[in-house]
Amino acid sequence: MDRHKGRGWFIFWCSAPAFLLFIIFMVIPTFNIFRMSLYKWGGFSARRTFIGLGNFRTLFEDMKFLQAFQNTVLLIVVVSVITITLALGYAAILSRIKFKGQNFFRIVFYIPNILSIVIISAVFSAVYDSHNGLLNGILALFKGEGAQPVYWLGNQNIIIYSLAGAMIWQAIGYYMVMYMASMAAIPESLYESAGLEGAGKLTQFFQITLPLIWNNLRTTLTFFIISSINMSFMFVKVMTDGGPDGSTEVFLSYMYKQAYTNSTYGYGMAIGVVIFIFSFALSGIVNLVTRRETLEV
Amino acid sequence: MQYHKPRPTASAIASRFLIYLVLGLLAILIIVPLLWVFMASFKQNSEFYGSPWVLPEGLYFQNYVDAWSKARMGDFMLNSAVTTAMALGMLLIFALPAAYVLSRFRFRLRRLMNISFMGGLFINVNYIVVPIFLMLVAGDKQLRAWGAAPFFLNNLFMLALVYAATALPFTVYLLSGYFATLPVAYEEAAYIDGASNLTTMVRVMFPLALPAIITVILFNFLSFWNEYIIAMTLLSSSTGPKTLPVGLMYLTKAQNARSEFGQLYAGLVLVMLPTLILYMLVQRKLTQGMALGGLKG
Repeated sequence: MDRHKGRGWFIFWCSAPAFLLFIIFMVIPTFNIFRMSLYKWGGFSARRTFIGLGNFRTLFEDMKFLQAFQNTVLLIVVVSVITITLALGYAAILSRIKFKGQNFFRIVFYIPNILSIVIISAVFSAVYDSHNGLLNGILALFKGEGAQPVYWLGNQNIIIYSLAGAMIWQAIGYYMVMYMASMAAIPESLYESAGLEGAGKLTQFFQITLPLIWNNLRTTLTFFIISSINMSFMFVKVMTDGGPDGSTEVFLSYMYKQAYTNSTYGYGMAIGVVIFIFSFALSGIVNLVTRRETLEV
Repeated sequence: MQYHKPRPTASAIASRFLIYLVLGLLAILIIVPLLWVFMASFKQNSEFYGSPWVLPEGLYFQNYVDAWSKARMGDFMLNSAVTTAMALGMLLIFALPAAYVLSRFRFRLRRLMNISFMGGLFINVNYIVVPIFLMLVAGDKQLRAWGAAPFFLNNLFMLALVYAATALPFTVYLLSGYFATLPVAYEEAAYIDGASNLTTMVRVMFPLALPAIITVILFNFLSFWNEYIIAMTLLSSSTGPKTLPVGLMYLTKAQNARSEFGQLYAGLVLVMLPTLILYMLVQRKLTQGMALGGLKG
């Protein structure tokens, strides 16, 4: 094809518009986060003062930020461990064992992934409601009517786990389908010979399935970190808005509050920089720690 | 080899039972909250003060009428449909030629573009929503200084453009991966027939890439239709247009204060229904597409 006339212009008109759009709406804003974090810039006035790393110094003495940091890490750990364990287990059952109704379960488990987080948050707000919520309704069946309700979204010690519950509910199906796809690539013969040698289903899972999908597992783990930081913000924004008293504030919700609601842009962007560095550093560490010798089929 | 199905042993029956129990539990956990919302959308307000387990006394459709007109869900749904359609259209116009050229032609900036789009996969839109907002604020300020009407904020077209731009990395990545699998013979044949680069691309290659295009449309439809952080930020004026998820979020907040639950649940069903119906129609395509496209955070 390279012999055509006007090849250069063709390539230009095909690739330049997309690349330009990408530069304007993704590269420049990312760059701006890093640049603006070095300025003291608040309100809608155009006045900006360069203060170097001043915002970062304030940040690490800001108790609310440290609380958001702690909440984010807690959510990443709790949600990723439980979600990935359950998703792996369900994927193994659905792809390794034949039984009636498999398709039905696969379809149902994926449903949360197609719903808007607004909907899931609103549904869970209703489920967790202290007066006429579903969860307290179930508890009342055991404890009897008129029992003291649990304040799932009011008690500062519980609320972060209530959020984690909603996040796990949302994520299981997605990761399950991911793992099912990579488990489908494992040749059946491996399981057959293992079965002849007398290996049980559980042994097969740990000796064959897990090592062979390990690389896929590592990739999902890396993406999980970035996605949990993002998801926790989306749930918090609708369900709690960081409250009560900052007990559910997470990285992005605190950044959004500072930069958008309070209009302290410079400070907000400094939080953004920390989030960027944190998520890439954590992904890198996880990637290193989970490195194993690759097994090829 | 003749193979007779062995009679199920007691332990086989027990393990089968266990599998259904484990799977059934998750299925119930996913279905019950959604069914419960659906049921609650038909309840009158007074019914919400009783037990959450009671079935609605009748089908109270007034909730839907209220949600549609009083809570303006009808307008919001139209806004969402327009935004999603515009965003999908722009995305395909920009991404298809770029993906094709990047996978088929060798040119100087190709490597840089490929690496940039790959890097873009790791930038979550919610990380950069505030700088995008500030950029559009600055644009509007400039327009006002020139005596023109503000254009960039509270504009569905701009929202759609931001959606399209930020979906580019994933879309280009998926599409160019697919183009790379198509044999070059098609283009060579078209070239011998005297077709130009443009004709070859539009008439020959795009139709061949239809499966990948459909996957791209499905995934991006869901993410545009459900998105609300960017929409909430860029459509901040109280008199301006809102999309469905944003309208629903305000309804959640307002309803908690005014306790008109029926309307809220009806609103939830209205937002859920289109995606659920689409999912039922294309669920196989969607979960297969996930394996094809790899990851999306």
